Formats: sequence, C-alpha cells, structure tokens
Amino acid sequence: MTLRVSVWRGGAEGRFEEFEIPRRESQTVLDAVTYIQRHLDPTLSYRFACRVGMCGSCAMTVNGKPRWTCRTHVDKVARDGTLRVAPLSNLPVVKDLVADMREFFDKWARSRGQFKPTATRHDEFAPVRPSSAARREVDAGIECIGCGVCYAACDVVKWNRDYLGPAALNRAWTLVNDERDGAKAERLHAVAGDAGCHACHTMMSCTEHCPKKLSPTRSIAGLKRATLGIALGGGS
Amino acid sequence: MSARAGAGLWVAQRATAAVLAFCVLVHLATMIFAVRGGLTAAQILGRTHGNYAWGAFYSLFVIAAGIHGAIGLRTVAAEWLSFRGRAADAAMAAIALAIVGLGLRAVSAVVL
Repeated sequence: MTLRVSVWRGGAEGRFEEFEIPRRESQTVLDAVTYIQRHLDPTLSYRFACRVGMCGSCAMTVNGKPRWTCRTHVDKVARDGTLRVAPLSNLPVVKDLVADMREFFDKWARSRGQFKPTATRHDEFAPVRPSSAARREVDAGIECIGCGVCYAACDVVKWNRDYLGPAALNRAWTLVNDERDGAKAERLHAVAGDAGCHACHTMMSCTEHCPKKLSPTRSIAGLKRATLGIALGGGS
Repeated sequence: MSARAGAGLWVAQRATAAVLAFCVLVHLATMIFAVRGGLTAAQILGRTHGNYAWGAFYSLFVIAAGIHGAIGLRTVAAEWLSFRGRAADAAMAAIALAIVGLGLRAVSAVVL
C-alpha cells in the first residue's frame, strides 16, 4: 500500500511536489516527511527535534489544517490515501516546510512573556497554593509548547499583522496569574489595545487547533477582564 | 493607540452592547404591541409627543448604537480595508457623531 504525499517546495513562491511513499502502520505525518527526505529527496527542508510532542518544532499545515506532525497519525488525516503538507500559515516561509518563527517569538517578548522575579535566590521559596484560583489559571495555560499551531490557525493574525497572537497572550496570562511575578502592570499595558487581547474576536480557532488542548481564548478573555483597571484610570 | 484607549474602547463596546440588548428587546416588544394593537402612525405620534420617558429611553438607545456601531466599524475598517490610524479613528468618530446626531434628531421629532 502506498501513500501519495504532496509537499510544498520553495519559499513564498513555490509549488507542491508529489511523492509516493510506503504506507505503514501507526505512521505519523512526520514519518512520511522524514521518509521523503531520507529516501527520495535529501534537499527537502523541514524542522523537528523531539518526535514526542514536547518541543513544538514540527508543526506544519496538513491537508489545510495546522497540526503537530509528530503526533498526527496519517490514518487520522489522509483523504483518499493522500496528504498535502505545507509550512505553517501566517509566517514567512524559509524553505519548503520550514516557517520563519521569528515574529511569533518576538511577539512573546513584546507581550512581556518573561518572568520578572520579585525575590532573590537568598529568599525563601514562595508558597503557591495549588488550589488557589490564580494557580489554577496558570495550570490551564502553562503547558504551551510554542509550536505556533494557534498562530497559524488565527484569522485575526491574518488580518492584523501586529496582533500578538494566541500563544503570546496565553503566556502573558500565565504570568499575570503568577503571584511571584513583579511586572503585572507593565505586562497588562503591553497586551492591551489593537495589537493585543482586545483585537481577539473569540472565534476560538486557536482553542480548536491547539494540540495540547489548551484554551488561549480563555486566557485572552482573562486578559481583557484584567485590563479593565487600565480602562478605568490605570494610566496610559 | 495607547493601552488605556484600547481597553477603554473595549469597555465602551461591551457596556453599549449590554444597553443595546435591553433597548432592542424593549423596542421590538413596543413595536409588536403597537402594530398588533392596530395603532396608526398619527395615534403613535400622539402618544409619544411630550413623553419624556420614551424620549430618554430612545436617546439612550441612539447614543449606545452610535458608539457601539462606530467601534465595530473601526475594527472592520482595520481588518478588511487596512484603514487604520488617526484618519480611521477620526472617520469612525465622525460616523459615531453622525449616527447619534441623526438619531437624536429623529427622537426629538417624535417626542417634542
């Protein structure tokens, strides 16, 4: 049995190239791409690292939808024995299946995605109750692997190139709820406005596609509520 | 746009949405009541003239609609037409003022 795989070749301009590869049991989309690169065309560029859904580097567009390819079984997504694999949408293409992730991660930095400590290594550990409401909000969003699937799935990103995107805003929300963090006000200012949480239309494409089953939509709604203080006089 | 202005627009849109949800229901119920009761336009005008409670209600409705619609149009203009920045904000403010102005003029015509 064979599988027909149509793969994007080139950069922003390019074309799909067809390959035929052996169909195997429990084959993942990443397995299929790897087969092509190792046996049929060594010039094919793609990105992966862990192969077990932890590193977030192998996301691609598979039959029109953004997915983590290492955990996506061909059985689940092939249509009539065919796959169409392209780089992630909403990002520049470096070559073939490799998207340029710079703007995606730059937006994490722009939304103040860095933890800003309020204590030093000489202080006691901060006691954070696992059952506290804030900690549970952190739990709900913290398992993001930064794969960019939500960013590629988001229509607001497509329409508004400045929009920070679901992953960066989700990260900001986990830090807003981190009681050890000392940059909350600064962060809320960074994520408010036309490029931030207020641009989200709650279409939930990010939540629908997130391979980790997180809900960036929920995090963004939390940020909107948290910025209420800014609207009511918390400075500009 | 500053963080405060962005958050302020969001609050304004949510708050006016709540007002509109209430006003639209009252408006629809009133229209259905008036039409089913067989009232003519002249009879309706006779009841609205000098009725400042209805005047206040429809003034609130018009102001909320003007603000809510303009904020929504601002987003549509940015996302679909790439019309952004100060010119876009000024255009949307003008649309809000026009809707509120025309609406209040209509309210005054049936109440005063």
